[in-house]
Amino acid sequence: MQKFTSKHAETSCGDERSGDTAARPLLRIEGLSKRFGSVAAVDRLSLDIYPGEFFALLGPSGCGKTTLLRLIAGFERPTAGRILLDGVDIASVPPYRRPVNMMFQSYALFPHLSVEANVAFGLKQEGLPRREIAGRVADILAMVKLGDYAARKPHQLSGGQRQRVALARSLVKRPRVLLLDEPLAALDKKLRDATRFELMELQRQIKLTFIIVTHDQSEAMMVADRIGVMDQGRLMQVAAPAEIYQRPNSRWVADFVGDINFFQGRVGDDHMTVEGTAAGRLRVAAPIEAEARTPVWVAVRPERMLLSRQEPASGLDNSLGGTIVETGYLGELSIYRIRVADGSAVKAAVVNAGRGGEPVPAQGDHVWLSFPPEAATVLTR
Amino acid sequence: MKRAKSDRSWRSLVIAAPYLWLLLFFLVPFLIVLKISFAQSAIALPPYTPVFDFSAGWRGIENFFENLSVGSYRLLGSDPLYLLSYVKSLEIAAFSTLMLLAVGYPIAYGIARAPRRLQAVLVVLVVLPFWTSFLIRIYAWMNILQRDGPLNQLLMTLHIVRQPPVWLASDTAIYIGIVYSYLPFMVLPLYAVLEKLDQSLIEAAADLGCPRWKTFWLVTLPLSSPGLLAGVLLCFIPIVGEFVIPDLLGGSRTPMIGQTIWMEFFGNKDWPAASAVAVVLVCLLVTPIVIFQHQAMRKAERD
Repeated sequence: MQKFTSKHAETSCGDERSGDTAARPLLRIEGLSKRFGSVAAVDRLSLDIYPGEFFALLGPSGCGKTTLLRLIAGFERPTAGRILLDGVDIASVPPYRRPVNMMFQSYALFPHLSVEANVAFGLKQEGLPRREIAGRVADILAMVKLGDYAARKPHQLSGGQRQRVALARSLVKRPRVLLLDEPLAALDKKLRDATRFELMELQRQIKLTFIIVTHDQSEAMMVADRIGVMDQGRLMQVAAPAEIYQRPNSRWVADFVGDINFFQGRVGDDHMTVEGTAAGRLRVAAPIEAEARTPVWVAVRPERMLLSRQEPASGLDNSLGGTIVETGYLGELSIYRIRVADGSAVKAAVVNAGRGGEPVPAQGDHVWLSFPPEAATVLTR
Repeated sequence: MKRAKSDRSWRSLVIAAPYLWLLLFFLVPFLIVLKISFAQSAIALPPYTPVFDFSAGWRGIENFFENLSVGSYRLLGSDPLYLLSYVKSLEIAAFSTLMLLAVGYPIAYGIARAPRRLQAVLVVLVVLPFWTSFLIRIYAWMNILQRDGPLNQLLMTLHIVRQPPVWLASDTAIYIGIVYSYLPFMVLPLYAVLEKLDQSLIEAAADLGCPRWKTFWLVTLPLSSPGLLAGVLLCFIPIVGEFVIPDLLGGSRTPMIGQTIWMEFFGNKDWPAASAVAVVLVCLLVTPIVIFQHQAMRKAERD
């Protein structure tokens, strides 16, 4: 089993990964569709998941990510398409015969069984000898630090403990693929942050393939090797977190993952500029692969915007002036909304620690925004 | 301050209400029956002695206690009719409760799994027979089960039987009547728990490698046990004391305990004996329930 360790590295190549490694996908989804009446929850979707990968399905609620997970688990039968696990189509295999386990959003712990019996439930179905079951249950409970709680019932546990029982129960069968449906959604923020690290650590230790479903982009970015951004039953982009953030392939993805400013314009004749935007002519770092004069969008993240009181010296940077209409203090950084000449609002984020003794810009101040050509991403759709 | 005090007295009143109800309509009547069971049959009005004579003062009360007897209970032990009657009642109640479970559970499960909108309709359909008089429905069954009644006509037409079988005046007729009459009492509590059963638990069991039939035994059935218990108690206890159904549909060989009590009261005019039979019946039913309740409480405390 090969483990991809290029976590968050900018050099990882997302979609092209299948082409440049010898690894065969563990799970291959081909043209998968699931219709409920006239609504396609999953729409002709294809995806490869590699052994040992931590993959995140990210999308707004109702985008079909949970349906996709349930199709892999076997709770839904696909309308069309194939689900290949190790090259074998499992689309018609009932859930209880799939070497795949799921951790439910509600945890779905059996209320009438103790923690130990909950975790042992899956192993008992395999008909393993009692001693082996007891050993494996004890091991996994120690791993999730619940050894002392084996005899408790689920209702006697805290939310975080219940979450760990659910995790242990789905892990103890050593599934080929572990599916996690919003595993951290029910926890409060502090606990959620701590649990994210635990989950990553756990996955590194046991080297299982994880597929997590989440609507929380920071969760997906943090834990996953690769992210699949979904909307309306389709995958919009599949890539490493940094790739998704820095080089989104569409306005939808750029807008869904993090905050972003768009400047609409047309490709310049030299293919290195975009003309007619709210900020005038904008320079970009790489040649635009589109016909001259076609409409495109220049996307810039708020934290790449530089904020200054004087008009920047006319260098290579793009710049535009405006008036601060709103400020938001978030602790480590401050968010500004700046009304620019054409009436639209541009967002800028400034790291507070980086500020010198200069006075903080306030509402109503006239400021200049600038960004280097490398900060701009050109989107054609 | 005054407000808080009146709130508290309101609260104690609300808490006291069910106890008051039980006291008035269960405990007091039971004590009266208990008192009569220790009296002796007499041709008088009321047809037993002694009676409280408050006008005689202390002497009257002393007189009353001196004249109490356990004769009726001795009678219960001496005549095997009573023992047979108890056994028959418990047997019929036990078997018909099992039949009710076998019929009621699938119905409740089916309703709970039906689409939301349909569920309300199905529940109404289960309760619908209550809108007609119970007695009329039992008479209707007498008609259906008659020698030339609709059931036999159907069986003959379908060539399932050649000679019309006799249904009435048999235990079979009693079972039919009881299962029919008590079905809603089994279905409703079961439906109430099954409807609340978290569907993701069933999926979790499947996910962990459990086939459907096994999931039923390991997850669905244990989680529906509160409804199951409620249904069993709601059926079993009144069936033991059932009078109308065995009287109208059953035979005369061994009476059920309700019929025995009726016979003692109205046939033999032996109120003390009838009361003794009733008291023993209450003890027979209440004792196991109290023991069970006690154990369930202790289990709940352990959890």
